[in-house]
Amino acid sequence: MSETNKRNEHGKRAVQTTGHSWDGDLQEYNNPIPRWWLWAFYATVVFAVVYWFLYPAWPVGGTYTKGVMNTITYTGPGGEERTTHWNTRALLMRDMQEGTHAVRQREYLERVAAMSYNEIADDPDMMAFSRSVARGLFADNCAACHQVGGGGVPGVYPNLADDDWLWGGTFERIEETIREGRRGFMPAFPQFNARQLDDLASYVLSLSGHSVDADAAARGDDIFNGPTGGCMYCHGEGGTGGPAQGAPNLTNGLWQIVDVPSAPTLEGKKALVKRVVSEGAQRHMPTFQDRLSDAEIRALAVYVHSLGGGQ
Amino acid sequence: MTGSTVARVAIYPRSVKGRFRNLKWGILGLAYGVYFLLPWLRWDRGQGPSQAVLFDIPGRRFYLFDLVVYAQDIFWLAGLLIIAALLLFFVTGILGRVFCGYFCFQTLWTDVFLFVERFVQGERPARIRLAKAPWSVGKAAKLSLTHLLWLLIAMATAATFVLYWGDAPSLLVAMVTGEAPSAAYVTVFFLTATTYVMAGWAREQVCTYMCPYARFQSVMFDSDTRIVGYDTGRGEGKAGRAKLAPGLKTREERHAKGVGDCVDCGYCVQVCPTGIDIRNGLQIECISCALCIDACNNIMDHAGFPRGLIGYTSEKEQSGAPVRVLKPKTYGYGLALLVAVGALTWSVAAREPFELSVTQIRQPLAVTLSDGRVQNNYELKLTNKTNETARYAIGITGLQGAELEIGRFETVSLEPGRSVTLVAHVRVDPDEARQAQQDFKFVVEPVDGGDGRGEPRTWRSVFYIPSLERAEVSLVH
Repeated sequence: MSETNKRNEHGKRAVQTTGHSWDGDLQEYNNPIPRWWLWAFYATVVFAVVYWFLYPAWPVGGTYTKGVMNTITYTGPGGEERTTHWNTRALLMRDMQEGTHAVRQREYLERVAAMSYNEIADDPDMMAFSRSVARGLFADNCAACHQVGGGGVPGVYPNLADDDWLWGGTFERIEETIREGRRGFMPAFPQFNARQLDDLASYVLSLSGHSVDADAAARGDDIFNGPTGGCMYCHGEGGTGGPAQGAPNLTNGLWQIVDVPSAPTLEGKKALVKRVVSEGAQRHMPTFQDRLSDAEIRALAVYVHSLGGGQ
Repeated sequence: MTGSTVARVAIYPRSVKGRFRNLKWGILGLAYGVYFLLPWLRWDRGQGPSQAVLFDIPGRRFYLFDLVVYAQDIFWLAGLLIIAALLLFFVTGILGRVFCGYFCFQTLWTDVFLFVERFVQGERPARIRLAKAPWSVGKAAKLSLTHLLWLLIAMATAATFVLYWGDAPSLLVAMVTGEAPSAAYVTVFFLTATTYVMAGWAREQVCTYMCPYARFQSVMFDSDTRIVGYDTGRGEGKAGRAKLAPGLKTREERHAKGVGDCVDCGYCVQVCPTGIDIRNGLQIECISCALCIDACNNIMDHAGFPRGLIGYTSEKEQSGAPVRVLKPKTYGYGLALLVAVGALTWSVAAREPFELSVTQIRQPLAVTLSDGRVQNNYELKLTNKTNETARYAIGITGLQGAELEIGRFETVSLEPGRSVTLVAHVRVDPDEARQAQQDFKFVVEPVDGGDGRGEPRTWRSVFYIPSLERAEVSLVH
């Protein structure tokens, strides 16, 4: 207390106490709130009042006060001008249209749209941009089936990271696939008996190097390449595939419709092939030309092509 | 002292002339010159903007004359901070709080603000009179002018800070015409406010109450550290200090009466920017600005007494013991400082002319191709950190029978400061591979350009063959 008396330069009396005391000598000062604190408090009050006027603040029945001098204009998704009260969503919309990065991305996309696929593929910078912008597009539109990275789901959704293409792996074919979608269809052959199915499966597996019963494979060859089965109309003579109609190449070790490599025994592998032959296969990839712009489709085609097996 | 509600005792430092004051003006001029003019210095470099010092946050580049610091070099900043800390330890251990007294921007700006205050309101007695005087037009005018000038200096300080982060001429025009980014205005506003409040109002309270360095610098003191000290023995004598009075004019007269050399003029107290009396010994508020030394020396000269009643001294010197500056602590801090400076210098000098980062694409980790080979994909990010366009050839080594494909291009050309992201496909025949995981290296060689530093450099990576991994696992079980 004596120290306080000495330092109190206002020439006034010593600091008052509230009169409360504990333990004999513990007393409570009765100091005023510091001046700076008080002013800061008044400033917050003023700030709050200004805020009420400027920003949406008060609920009024079914609506609310919208503030003044706070409209924001942005370009909507359809290209139309929209003016609304200031909000962060509108700010985002405006930034997506007019922000420096949005403008730069648009310029790059226009270049992608104007360049040929060969020009893009020869330019590391444009490749990097296409991949970068298409990574997001792929995640939004393609990854649900083909998985992030394009690995696919064995037997269900094709693997886009290998070089085995059902509909062709050139830039143009990939673009066509994205743009128009695909309907993969293999007819069912319910008329085949168990022996025929077994022979056919033996032949098909022999194409990709599996060691099977040679007699059965020879009989299967007749069905495959002859009028009984007519498989070669789509799969090509010798099973080398027909990309124009989405018919898989059966001579390599990669399987698109059924996951043959994962079956541990030859009988199991044959069973998988037999099922496809007797039941057929139908798969559908939707069209994306209504959802994506031309430039986006081009970037996406470049991306898919670069996943690992583009031709 | 009790709580913060005790009002600050206003301090009206008197001006002083002298050696240390001149030194302080010199340092102040240099610091202000560098700070205010540096953003305007143009610099011609091969890449990027032509501003000598520019911190380009959106472009993630710091331009310091010919040195371009990329985002991934930001650890240099850590090195710089370590050096600054060690330098502070080293210097403070020997010379005391010279940073506080001469170099700290709080000291420098407060000094300028005090100069303005004195320029407008006059010397210490005039300012005290003015403060006590009732409100009048003259008082209001003087105070307004003071604060206006303070605000202008604060605003110039704030605006200059902003200029380091953008092209100075165009940014200043943009700020004046209202077209600068809002961050610029917010920064100017806050730095103006803080400069005005800290240098104009808070002044020595920053050093006494707010500054953490003030506190931990005292920890580095020892009995050999230079401090601003008052020679009590000489100043007080046996009978204490006394004013110059008849019969107490000369040293002989004074010594005969047991009176010390201190004439108790109070000049050292009046010039002190933190308002302490150095004659009471070293205090936490003392920022070692040495203005009291100048003040006392002036008085000693005037009285015809020898200088040095207040001077740079040390605890040991004051007690008459020999001073030892070169001690293990000095060597320790000095060595650490040298190592840190050496390491940073080496790191900057040996910075790589280009940078590569390799990330394996793990979705999917590996795919089998139709010819039976296994393919792994890698994402390479290549950055040209030189000041000229360079072309790079990319290859792999250490992977038997492997094929590398990086799009259609065999070499990649990169402009200075640019980066490119490439996808590398690596294909290996699993029949030739021995292990499920095999280490190999990417090799990048600048084939032309790149400041003539064309040595190839390698980056380690791993190739996976999952089918072999399965085989290995089944062998184990």
